[in-house]
Amino acid sequence: MIISVASGKGGTGKTTVAVNLALSLIDSHSVQFLDCDVEEPNAHFFLNIHTLQSKPVFLPVPEIIEEKCTYCGKCAEVCAYNAIAVLKDNVLVFPELCHGCGGCTLLCPEQAIKEKGQKIGVIEYGSENNFQFIHGKLDIGQAMSPPIIREVKKHINTAQTIIIDVPPGTSCPVIEAVKGSDVSLLVTEPTPFGLNDLRLAVETLRILKIPFGVVVNRADIGDRQVQNYCLKENIPVLMTIPMDKNIAVAYSEGKTIIETQPSYKQKFLELFKKLKKLKNETACYFKR
Amino acid sequence: MKQLVILSGKGGTGKTIVSASFASLAQKKVMADCDVDAANLYLLLHPEIQESHKFSGGKKASLKTEKCTLCGECIDICRFSANSEKEDGEIIIDPISCEGCGVCSHICPVEAIEMENSISGEWFVSRTKYGPFVHARLGIGEESSGKLVTEVRKKAKEIAEKNNLDFVFIDGPPGIGCPVIASLSGTDLALIVTEPTLSGIHDMERVVQMAHHFKTQTACCINKYDINLKNSAQIETWCKKNRVPLLGKIPFDDDVTKSVVQGIPLTEYTNNSTSKEIKNMWQKLRNLFAREEIKK
Repeated sequence: MIISVASGKGGTGKTTVAVNLALSLIDSHSVQFLDCDVEEPNAHFFLNIHTLQSKPVFLPVPEIIEEKCTYCGKCAEVCAYNAIAVLKDNVLVFPELCHGCGGCTLLCPEQAIKEKGQKIGVIEYGSENNFQFIHGKLDIGQAMSPPIIREVKKHINTAQTIIIDVPPGTSCPVIEAVKGSDVSLLVTEPTPFGLNDLRLAVETLRILKIPFGVVVNRADIGDRQVQNYCLKENIPVLMTIPMDKNIAVAYSEGKTIIETQPSYKQKFLELFKKLKKLKNETACYFKR
Repeated sequence: MKQLVILSGKGGTGKTIVSASFASLAQKKVMADCDVDAANLYLLLHPEIQESHKFSGGKKASLKTEKCTLCGECIDICRFSANSEKEDGEIIIDPISCEGCGVCSHICPVEAIEMENSISGEWFVSRTKYGPFVHARLGIGEESSGKLVTEVRKKAKEIAEKNNLDFVFIDGPPGIGCPVIASLSGTDLALIVTEPTLSGIHDMERVVQMAHHFKTQTACCINKYDINLKNSAQIETWCKKNRVPLLGKIPFDDDVTKSVVQGIPLTEYTNNSTSKEIKNMWQKLRNLFAREEIKK
């Protein structure tokens, strides 16, 4: 089963929920943890995987073979991302704009373009007993995170229970990370910001037809609008976590909830049970 | 005119709280919400929309099934796995996976694929009691958040120049990727709002490095600094070492959530010590700008 933990809004507790859920399961399951927030990966602070192996991620970008190029301009014409400009006797390539689609190389009439790998980040992975950890890290100054997310997700082994930590937002990196999940968890907080971004995340999952439930974090702050919204939209609230300064302090030091308050393990196991049940339910995204 | 972008790396550290407070404190300015994925600033500024514009950031491949011969070449060529074959043999193009590169439309032997403009968002020019505000909404799952950010910034800058305003405040998105780079480029200063957690520190370091990579000066402030004093001290040391001015330390305060629930910028909602600290930060920023220490 693939469970993705998303939120729309940042800082609502995605990583906290993902990590605690994963660690609650390791006694009984073989777990794979994928941190797909490759711009700002943080789960490793809580998982203490000691030996990480590293592998660079390359994006195929064009390289012009000068002696073959006739400066016809076809490559610039087909590039949808303005990553190539052809001058009178020079071709400029802007690798930071390239999506690696391969169009220029394929369509160059002189075969004057070959692809070279441009390093845009790394993936790092390691395992301990029946727990496997993989995350990606976008290089500083690089813009394109989806290719790294795709690389992380290539490691998915569906024989295991897979937990994906998703980046915030609702655009392409989020889609790349949640695509293919059996079920999603949306972590939110009961504030107008939390509600606004929850609505967007709900819309996203409805488009992708992924069943989902909500975790309300810091449930006793703010107002009741998130809970009312979930009730009205028939979205199951699978867990609530109260505002607890001890949890916040533990988080700041890279400690998990179940480490500091072991009674939470049972709650996360119950959450997992609910997720399994939800996997085959579709009511929540068909009802609008 | 100076452009200030507010970033954080990690989400949820308080960017929008700080942005809205600055909006209520500064005089001649325009606000821009560049977190186009999950825009929140409007919840505190209550805009009255005056103009709205459709935004088309790119194209999407559209298959004309009547022409398609099911040869499958487009499936093999697509590097984003957008083109696939259904069980009944029909070919479909998933608009969400399609990145609009157009390669399939070029190689299709029967020209059955057309690239069509896709409306991928909307942007707005609004009036607020704090001044003009440019904001946007990116369609769900869309590409080109960076392009939409650029659009919003272009308009905000234009308004500032036309009205002879002193500042453009840009509420930025989390992360360090495409929309963040678009929010940062060409600004005079990036203010990084961090928190004293291991994640907050790690993400702040990455976003500061990213800003410096693009030759943009940075300043920093710590939100909820009293959650972990040891980590806050570590941030202070790091800032000193990397010559990033630390402008303020905002305490953990229940009033922050209350002000968000009320939909009012914190500095307008209360005059408590948290609010004073943000006012103080704004004063320091103004001094930084006034002393011309911030130069492109």
